[in-house]
Formats: sequence, structure tokens, C-alpha cells
Amino acid sequence: MSLLSIENIHTYYGNIHALKGISLHIEKGEIVTLIGGNGAGKTTTLRTISGLLTPREGTIRLNGEDLSKYKAHEVVYKGISMVPEGRGVFARLTVTENLEMGAYSRKDTAEINRNMERVFSLFPRLKERRTQVSGTLSGGEQQMLATGRALMANPSVLLMDEPSMGLAPVLVELIFDIIQQINKEGTTILLVEQNALMALGIASRGYVMQTGQIVLSDTAEKLKADPTVQKAYLGME
Amino acid sequence: MSSIQQQNTFDWKKTLQIGLIGGAVGVLIAMVGMVEEFNKRDIIAGTLTMGWTILSLTMLVTGLFAARAAASNASSVVGSIVAGTIFGAVMSILVWIVDKYNIRDILVNASPTLVKHLTFEKGIPNGLFMLIGLGAAVGGLGGVIQILPENIRRAISLGLGIAALLGLLQEIIQVSLANFEGASKAVEWMFGKGTEKGLSLAGAILVFVVVAAGNYLWTGNASKISAGFEKLPQSSRKSFRWLGYGLLFLALIYLPVVLGLYLTEVVNVTGLFILMGLGLNIVVGFAGLLDLGYVAFYAVGAYTVGVLTNLSGELTLNLGWNFWLALPIGVALAVLAGVALGVPVLNMRGDYLAIVTLGFGEIIRILALSDFLKPHIGGSQGIVNIPPPGFLDVIIKTPQTLYYLIVAGCLLALFISSRLRDSRLGRSWKALREDEDVAQAMGINLVATKLLAFATGAAFSGLSGSILAIKLGTIYPHSFALLISINVLALIIVGGMGSIPGVFVGALLLAGMPELLREFAEYRLLIYGALLVVMMQVRPEGFWPEATHKRELHAENAEPQAEGGAA
Repeated sequence: MSLLSIENIHTYYGNIHALKGISLHIEKGEIVTLIGGNGAGKTTTLRTISGLLTPREGTIRLNGEDLSKYKAHEVVYKGISMVPEGRGVFARLTVTENLEMGAYSRKDTAEINRNMERVFSLFPRLKERRTQVSGTLSGGEQQMLATGRALMANPSVLLMDEPSMGLAPVLVELIFDIIQQINKEGTTILLVEQNALMALGIASRGYVMQTGQIVLSDTAEKLKADPTVQKAYLGME
Repeated sequence: MSSIQQQNTFDWKKTLQIGLIGGAVGVLIAMVGMVEEFNKRDIIAGTLTMGWTILSLTMLVTGLFAARAAASNASSVVGSIVAGTIFGAVMSILVWIVDKYNIRDILVNASPTLVKHLTFEKGIPNGLFMLIGLGAAVGGLGGVIQILPENIRRAISLGLGIAALLGLLQEIIQVSLANFEGASKAVEWMFGKGTEKGLSLAGAILVFVVVAAGNYLWTGNASKISAGFEKLPQSSRKSFRWLGYGLLFLALIYLPVVLGLYLTEVVNVTGLFILMGLGLNIVVGFAGLLDLGYVAFYAVGAYTVGVLTNLSGELTLNLGWNFWLALPIGVALAVLAGVALGVPVLNMRGDYLAIVTLGFGEIIRILALSDFLKPHIGGSQGIVNIPPPGFLDVIIKTPQTLYYLIVAGCLLALFISSRLRDSRLGRSWKALREDEDVAQAMGINLVATKLLAFATGAAFSGLSGSILAIKLGTIYPHSFALLISINVLALIIVGGMGSIPGVFVGALLLAGMPELLREFAEYRLLIYGALLVVMMQVRPEGFWPEATHKRELHAENAEPQAEGGAA
């Protein structure tokens, strides 16, 4: 049984049919990436999984349990945590306060403190700046903070929405290294990316989305070699 | 090329601009009649009138701004003198025009009296030169203040401010101190004798020196004092703190005796606004939900108590309940109204939310005014004959007895909101204020959290309204106009969004002061607006800001080491 499996979900924004029957599954310990152009529905898929949007049809199962009966704030208790697009740090709160908000769903103080240490060891920069207001962090640091905050919930599945957005190439590499490290430490990751080459570089499998549908799915290696993917998303001729 | 030069030399354009803007403000102050009206009152007897105080303050601020725009210290002072001179020149042109042509048909306040005031009764042109000279001098003073070190600058402005305040409130202070034997000699010396108004010159200087020196010494040694306090053992620190609370408590109990009838009434009005402010501070300051219909809950509280306790015999219900029974119901109904407002606006943010809540406030007021509900709540005639409640053997009717009820309410609200601020719920509100979606993804229940904010805010307002009902003994729909909501919002902004002490500061400034200065009620809204504009420019975080908000607006000061203690 897959850790997370999504079957045939249809999501609407009012009358706009944004997701037209998406199905995907993620096994425990994997990094799976969802690539595609602007408006393909990648973010909508993540928001549907995390409960911020409700699908009209289809099921989302985590460890076999149907998530559709849970509201957005309950999903995190089930073990799904999200790094939102554009990072969404609480700009007026300090780094530490942001991380504490990430652990809002948990009560065990000792566990939370241990988790915070883990985040600080993954991102030493955050430790240096832990009393700083997060709105004054650089883009890369904010991405680290958003990732660290999501890890504070101790999720079994981490949803990441465009972690490379607006970052300098060297920072993108750093973030992707850390994503791999988080994965090695046991967190399953669903990674939404426009930077398809980088994403396919660290993922084991990938799905290609186009106008609300999944048009291709395969191992990362094969997708990288696929001529249509190369042409459309990797910028190769 | 020019931009490089401007860095080293003097920025004429900017200085001219600031001088002209300052002058325009001065002209406005004169033309709305503030100079003439306020000159009836002295701040320092025989030396400085209130009208001149306001004009000089404008000159001073003009000088401050001009100095701030300049690059070096020397050019700061020159710039402020130039800006002050321009200020004086603009005013002089005004005076000259008013003197030469009769423009009273258009501008009622452009009177010969104004000319007399503004020329120091020395006539034209001598008076005009004096006016320009004064502009240069006061503007230059502003420039000098601007380049002084921060702690001296703060001491000077505080000293000037307190001296002006004491002069302004002279009558009230004198009356309330008259109760005390022995104080009269000192009062006479400070404030002058008999019919003179305002501080005596010696008294003003004394106040300025004492306050400025005190503030300077305090800021110089505050860290040492607090460090010394930190060094004390836990137990004695605790007892010091309790001693402080005890003294404060005694002062609160003793206050109405000192203040007398009129001032206690002012405190009561302020207290009702503090209660509302603390409630709206939860909604707007903590949770970031801009509620413009906050007066609705005030009305619900007041009307509930009115309907349940009144004995007028004109309404369908003539229950004549005890106030203490009606009070919790008033608060409960306000909470219900809060939830009722909260549910439909759950998915709204920002300006949409503001408009809907604005409408909600108006709906409640219009319902109260309507013929439809007239048999039950009295329509435009309101509810009369709300009996004063008793507590033990005391009938709560005079300002002094009401004072204790209001203080008790404020203390309760203060306790609840400071506990909530640091609670899990308080943190959820903060997160919600920053980003709703992310807050949800962290596990925060959006619906419950928002509704709790509306409900708690409404409860405080309902409490305030319930007390208002017995304070006035009668309630009318027009007591619940939109302006109350705006007032409460403004006091939160002036005090500092999300800051609990800020509510107290804001209420004193925007509810207490206008009550004290009733004779200038005409200019209330003008001063209000000016204060808000200046606030937003100079101190957008409010007079007593919450820590996080201060960090946001002064990010460059919020370096890690500044808050290292928190780590």
C-alpha cells in the first residue's frame, strides 16, 4: 500500500475546472516530483492534498485512511506538512517563533525541542538568526525557514511547493541538497517544481502535469530521457 | 551630477518644500480659527498662549523635518532656520493679505483680531518681521533638537510636552489640588493667582527642568537599575513586584477621592473606551481582522441591560431586573452577536471585511432606530429610566461609585487579554494575522480561531455597553454612531496595534483629553485627523507599540544582538 495515494481528484475554483482527474501515488521514503508549466495545476494539487481546497470528486488516502473528511488544519495532525509557494513565513515573527508555530500541532515540549535542534543542524544559518524577524531574512533564508517550519510538525509526507522560486542558482543547489538529506533521514517528499531538471535530478519518480491533467509518469531517469519532456521542460532540442 | 553635489551641499529644494508645507499648515491653523480661539487660553500666564503654542509647535516640527532632510549637522541647523523663516514668511504674507484686503466673506476667521495676534500687536511691518524672526528662531531650535543625541532630545521633548500639558490642564489640576491643605501655596506659585490661567513662568521652567532632567537621568540609569533589580534574589524581586501592585491598587482605590467629581467622570469615559479598546485590540491587533462595526456590540450590551432593567412602562417588556442579572446576559448577547457577525465574514479579508462589518454596525444602529422594534426597544426615543444598580449598600450612580465598577471591568479585561496574548490561542491569532493559509496548514482551526476573536472582542464591548446603560440611565440609538467604532480603532492605532498598554495610552489621548478640553470640541476631529496623519508619518508603530510590530517597522534596528536576551 502506498503511503499517499490520490485517485481521480477533480478540483474547481468556482466554475473553473482546475484538476481534471489527477491520480498519483507516493511510496514511503521516496522523493516524487510534480513538474509542469505555469497553470498546469501543480500548486492546486498540493493545496488539495493539504486540505486547503476540497476536491469535488476523488479520494486522497494517507496510509489507507481517507483524508477528505478532514479540514485543512486537521490534515497536519495526520502527518502531512507543507512548505507553501512563496514561502509564506510569518514575517513579523522571529525565526524561533516561526519554528514554534510549525510545531503548533504537537504538544510534547521535549520532542519539539529536539526537532528544533534537528532543524538548526540542517540549517545552521537559521540558528545564527533565530532571534531575527523573519521578514528581514533573505529569500534563501526564508525558504530554509519555511522548510524548517514544515519539518517542525514532524510529518511523514512533506509537500514542497517550488522551493527554487526566486533563488540564486547556488542557493537552489543548497536547498536541493538539504531536501535530499531530509529525505535520507526518513521523510517522504512530494516536490512541485518548475525547475524540472533539478527536480528530476533528485527525485526517484516524476509526474508531468499539463492543464489540470497528468500527461506522463515514469521514473526520473526515463523522464529526463523522454524527448517531449526534454523539449517542453528541460529546454533541450 | 546634481545628485552627487546634493549629498555634500545643501538641499534647497527639499528645505523650501518643507518650509512651504509647514507654512501652509500654519496658515490652515490660523484660517480655521484655532489661533484666535486658542489664544483665549494661556499655557504660561501672560507669556505664552495656547494658540502660539500650537503655531510654535508647528514651526518646531517644520525645523525638525528640515533638519532631518539635511546631510550634515551644520546644514541641518541652517536648513531648519531657512525652513522656519519660510514658515514665518508664508504666515506674514497671509497676515499682510488679511490686513490689506477684506477676505472675511470667504474666510470667516481672517479677522483684524487675527492680524493683531499674529503681529504681536506691533502692527505692520514691525510685527511681520517679528513673526519671521520667530519662525527662524523656533525652526532653528527644532534643528538643534534634531541633531542632539537621542536621550537628550527625548528628555527635552518630554519636558516641553509635560509643561504644555500641565499648563493646558491648569484649571482642573488647581481645582482638584484645592482639596488639600498646604498644597495651595505651591499651587499658587506654580499656576499663578486668582484669574490667571496657565502655569506661572517660574512654574513652567521648573516643570520643564524637573521632567527633562528626570527623564535624562532615568534613561541613563534605567539599564543599571533594572540590572540591579535582576540581581536581587527571586523572593525579594517577587515581593518588590507585589509591593508595586499593592501601591498601584491603593492608588486606583484612592483615585476618585483625589480627582473629584468632574475628573472622575473623565476617567470613567476613558475607562469605557479602554474596555472597548482592549476588545477591539484582540480583533484587529491580535487577529488582524479589521472590524469597523465594533460599536454594534456596545449597543447590544447597552440595549440588553436597558430592556431587562428598565421600569419606564413604555416598552413591551417591563421586567425591572437587577442589573447584576442583566449584565451577564448583555455580555452573552454581545458574544452571540459577535459570532453572528463572524460566521458570514469567515472567508473575507482586508477591505471586504471592513465594509461588511461597517454595514453590520449600521444595521444594528438602524434597527435600534426603527419603528419596527420601537415597542420593544423604544425607537428614536430610546430607553429611559434605567435604574442605578446597588452593590451591597451602595447605589452605583455617582461617577465615584461607577468608577469602581469600570475599573473592575477594565482590570478583568486587562487580565483576560494579557493572558490570551501569551496563550496558544494568542499565537494562533498572530499566525492568522500573518497568513491565513499557512496558519491552517500549521494546524490552526481557522473557523474557531476567528470566531473566538470576534466573540472575545464583542464580550468586552458588550460589558462596556452594559455599564454605559447604567451610567447614563437612558440610551438612545444616536449614542451608537459609526464614529464610536472609528474612535476605538483610532485609539488602537495611536496606542500601537496589538499593544495592550497602547490601548491605555490611546484611550487617554483620544477619549480622555477631548473630554478634558471640551471648550475646543469644535476642533476635535481636525486635531484627531492631524494627529493620525502625523502619527503615521513619524511613529507608525504607535505610542506604545507591541514588540513584534515595532520590529516590523524598524527592522534595521532589530538586529539579533538587540534581542539576544530572548534567545
